[in-house]
Amino acid sequence: MSARRLRPRAAAWAVVGLAAATAPAWLPSPYHLHILIMAGIFAVLAQSLNLLLGYTGQLSLGHAAFFGLGAYTSALLTLRLGWPFWAALPAAAVVAGLAGGAIGRLAFRLRGAYFVLVTISFAGVIALVAQNWMELTNGPLGLPGVPPPELGPWSFRSKAAYYYLVLAAVALAWGVTARLVRSRIGRALVALRENEPLAESIGVDATRYLVLAAVVSATMAGVAGSLYAHYTRFVSPEVFLFTYTVTMVVMVVAGGKGTLSGPLVGALLFTALPEALREAVSWQWQMLAYGVILVLLVFFLPRGIVPTLAARLARARVPAPVADGAPGALLSEAGPAERPGRR
Amino acid sequence: MDALLQHLVNGLVLGGTYALLGIGLTLIFGLMNVVNFAHGEFYTLGAYATFAALALAGLPFAGALALALAAGMALGALTERVLLRPLRHESIETVMLVMIGLWIALQNAELLVWGGVAKSIPHPFPTAPLTLGPVSIAPLRLAVLAAALALIAGAHLLIQKTRFGCAMRATFQDPDTAALMGVRIHRVRAATFALGSGLAAAAGALLGPIFLVYPSMGDLASLKAFSVVILGGLGNVWGATVGGLLLGVAEELGAGYVSSGYRDAVGFVIMILVLLLRPSGLFARAERVG
Repeated sequence: MSARRLRPRAAAWAVVGLAAATAPAWLPSPYHLHILIMAGIFAVLAQSLNLLLGYTGQLSLGHAAFFGLGAYTSALLTLRLGWPFWAALPAAAVVAGLAGGAIGRLAFRLRGAYFVLVTISFAGVIALVAQNWMELTNGPLGLPGVPPPELGPWSFRSKAAYYYLVLAAVALAWGVTARLVRSRIGRALVALRENEPLAESIGVDATRYLVLAAVVSATMAGVAGSLYAHYTRFVSPEVFLFTYTVTMVVMVVAGGKGTLSGPLVGALLFTALPEALREAVSWQWQMLAYGVILVLLVFFLPRGIVPTLAARLARARVPAPVADGAPGALLSEAGPAERPGRR
Repeated sequence: MDALLQHLVNGLVLGGTYALLGIGLTLIFGLMNVVNFAHGEFYTLGAYATFAALALAGLPFAGALALALAAGMALGALTERVLLRPLRHESIETVMLVMIGLWIALQNAELLVWGGVAKSIPHPFPTAPLTLGPVSIAPLRLAVLAAALALIAGAHLLIQKTRFGCAMRATFQDPDTAALMGVRIHRVRAATFALGSGLAAAAGALLGPIFLVYPSMGDLASLKAFSVVILGGLGNVWGATVGGLLLGVAEELGAGYVSSGYRDAVGFVIMILVLLLRPSGLFARAERVG
């Protein structure tokens, strides 16, 4: 990357950072802050899915399971055992991460549509357990009264305080993903995405790296679940709804899979868009529009907003390579090859 | 023992419609390589078409079934033409995302048209159950089983005995060679998607009067259809038939002997086990579409 491209980029980041850090001061109402907090929680989720879908090319449609596991773990530990939030959050991350590792070890024996179906099945089983294990989870009634985090004299009961907590989580998820995908591990993941047999032939252990990615991804989703539980202060089997998974996929694909800022842009856009539509139309129309937008995005912006904009900016300047880490950047412009199920 | 027989009979009624769903999906999955997440929406469409025909238009049951089949095939043909044909060279994941979008859009369109309140479909059959030895079965369920078996037989005859079925099997084996031999594979793909969607709609028409009709009913139907396809093996029509009946019986037994709350877990667990242990399906050596 040349210095000429770096400077406006740094300036843009400074503006975004400053706007994010001062948001509670300039947003007109707590409602807007609420939307930003939800966008932040979804940004962590979207980044978590992006690590799998964007960098390894594996579509997990069971990601709501890790979100739900994190939410339930955190809620149960604080409600039943009286743990503080600061211990429950890492515990939620660990439980989700372990589940990600276990499911990943099994599911990564498959590829393509088969992998997708196995992830859906695991998520379905976990959701049914949450619904039916009355003694532990209180079933469909859910767990009300999840306490907000406290830190010494401070409580995170206020929206502004919780906003900074979520902002820190978004920054952390970003940092972890950035560190990971720019490391040797990240290069191995992208190599597997682009051409698995070729990557294995040069010694990349596919299962090992993919399971590692699944563990990190599930851990991040668990953190998002914990943040969600202590923000809404209520957990019910609805956290496992397939809608959450679909929302994550839409955010990642729309923003740009395989880019670091794509999931952030997607999360902001697709949290704000339904809210903006809410005043104009009823929620059935919102969801209808959601489906249509997803179809249109795949047809007209298959690479997502961020890579498309980046490519356009780069073309406007000098002939420059494709956006950093975008799909197709490594080996060719063509999309990832189809991976049939392993027999 | 009597309870077991009763569970088996109830399972077969469910299983017949699962087989219809599964045959439709396995044709689409196997021949077009499309992971059709919108499959359940065609099932919902069939159920609402039946509701409209029986409750609003006062048609006979067979007429309602024919209407549902036709509605499913028409929407299926339209979907293939507008969404799938332009994307036929895209990766399987891309097409899957489009089908997820279609699924959300269709489900919410149904919600807008029909409202969220579950409807029950009035049917012309007597409600007093027929008692056959230790087993009792409602006439409606018997009619549903008979219709499902007739449709399954029809689908098999279509695939095995007609020129169109021959073209389908050829396209499944090798689309390029089939095209060189003069098979119009675009038409075959369109007809296959229409047929698969029509069968899903027929399954909705059959199960709709037994259960309730509501806009999100297709979500579970999609999952059952995927379980059946995985159980039977990709593109394996016989496998889907047997797999559907097996899943129906397994669910009834699971609900009867384990816990009714975990009825829907049976399909998930079967799907996980088969995918991990025998990913080409239980009946890999049985005859395939090709």
